[in-house]
Amino acid sequence: MDMLNNLLSIVTTSIFIENILLANFLGMCSFLAVSKKVETANGLGLAVIFVLIITGPMNWVINSYLLQPGALEWAGEQFREIDLSFLTFICFIATIAALVQFVEMLLEKVSPALYNALGIFLPLIAVNCAILGGSLFMVERQYTFIETIFYCLGSGIGWWLAIIAMAAIREKLEYADMPKGLEGLGITMITTGLMAMGFMCFAGINLKKEDDGSQKEKSAAVAVESEGQLASLSAAEGGR
Amino acid sequence: MASIKKQIKEASWQSNPIAYQVLGICSALAVTVNVENALIMGASVIAVLSGSNVAISLMRNVIPHRIRIIVQLAVVSTLVILVDQVLKAYLFEASKALSVFVGLIITNCIILGRAEAFAMGNPPMPSLWDAIGNGIGYTWVLVVIGAFRELLGGGQLLGFRVIPISFYEATGYVDNGLMVLAPAAFILLGLLIWVSKELGGAKGNE
Repeated sequence: MDMLNNLLSIVTTSIFIENILLANFLGMCSFLAVSKKVETANGLGLAVIFVLIITGPMNWVINSYLLQPGALEWAGEQFREIDLSFLTFICFIATIAALVQFVEMLLEKVSPALYNALGIFLPLIAVNCAILGGSLFMVERQYTFIETIFYCLGSGIGWWLAIIAMAAIREKLEYADMPKGLEGLGITMITTGLMAMGFMCFAGINLKKEDDGSQKEKSAAVAVESEGQLASLSAAEGGR
Repeated sequence: MASIKKQIKEASWQSNPIAYQVLGICSALAVTVNVENALIMGASVIAVLSGSNVAISLMRNVIPHRIRIIVQLAVVSTLVILVDQVLKAYLFEASKALSVFVGLIITNCIILGRAEAFAMGNPPMPSLWDAIGNGIGYTWVLVVIGAFRELLGGGQLLGFRVIPISFYEATGYVDNGLMVLAPAAFILLGLLIWVSKELGGAKGNE
């Protein structure tokens, strides 16, 4: 039961509270480029979920059995001291690029309908920071294999949700009258900011029933942003 | 010399990678909580970008067209590993604060975008200037956003207190806590793009 709770909280956290796009800024480039129409946004969003769920666990296996300090222990005593963690980046990106290529070929053969639906977006995904970011965060937060699967699922859904919402808003924004310099990228960024503010409201939900220690550890992993969050919380409290 | 200057100026201002080419937004937002992070990130990106542009430009005639993305990714991730190791060795605190975002330079669209758009079709020297110009363009945007967020969110710049404590006490002024959170980064970047487009004559991309 505890484990179920934990997994549920990981999914909810990665979808709403620490949305990979709106709180961690990952996958912005394709988010901005492909959020003009709901339909295409949906296609890309689904493709991201799909690739994230496959690459995340795969990178977890690579990291735990090849790269981590002492990960090569299974190969024999003499390999125990080897630390290949500096190869993390190149291994992860190679896995992602290769996998995207592989998935593309597989889909083309097995399910042409799905391939046609996702087709053009798949190559784009190889350089989507959300995918690599998902893998890197999973290493940094030291998730277990099962947790990784759920974390990737949640992140993917969060990204999909954000891009669909954005695309819907942008379709309406087409008709809005605004200063010329603000058109396009400018207003999109500001709208994203407002959306991020909306998602911040979820931050009040506390799903974690873990002891303080491990919670601190996890939030420390998100150093860049959570530092800011803590600062603002204390600032807000000071204000009151 | 004049043409180099012109090229750098064009890359860093008129066709600024963030404001006009919509490249490299992800990291631009995440690391701009303060100026120091922004500067370190900017320097790392300039290093990786110059290295990758020159390397890819040197190899441009031998890279098979079909697998060029993989080759580019391999070159870029090797350089990023180097930068990451250097940061870990000499600036450990900063590399902790930047966390995964150093690794994410690999997928920073500026690097691959410039490699694809410029280095694949030009000799090494112009590619180097192009990389430096774009890197500077990226860095100044980061620093400006970082400065606003640090000043309004904490009353400091580069870790030095700019708004004195007595001012807080005398006037009841409170730091804007929103500035250090994600939404402010989006909104500030939106405003910055607006201003730079108005100043640059609103070329209007997309």
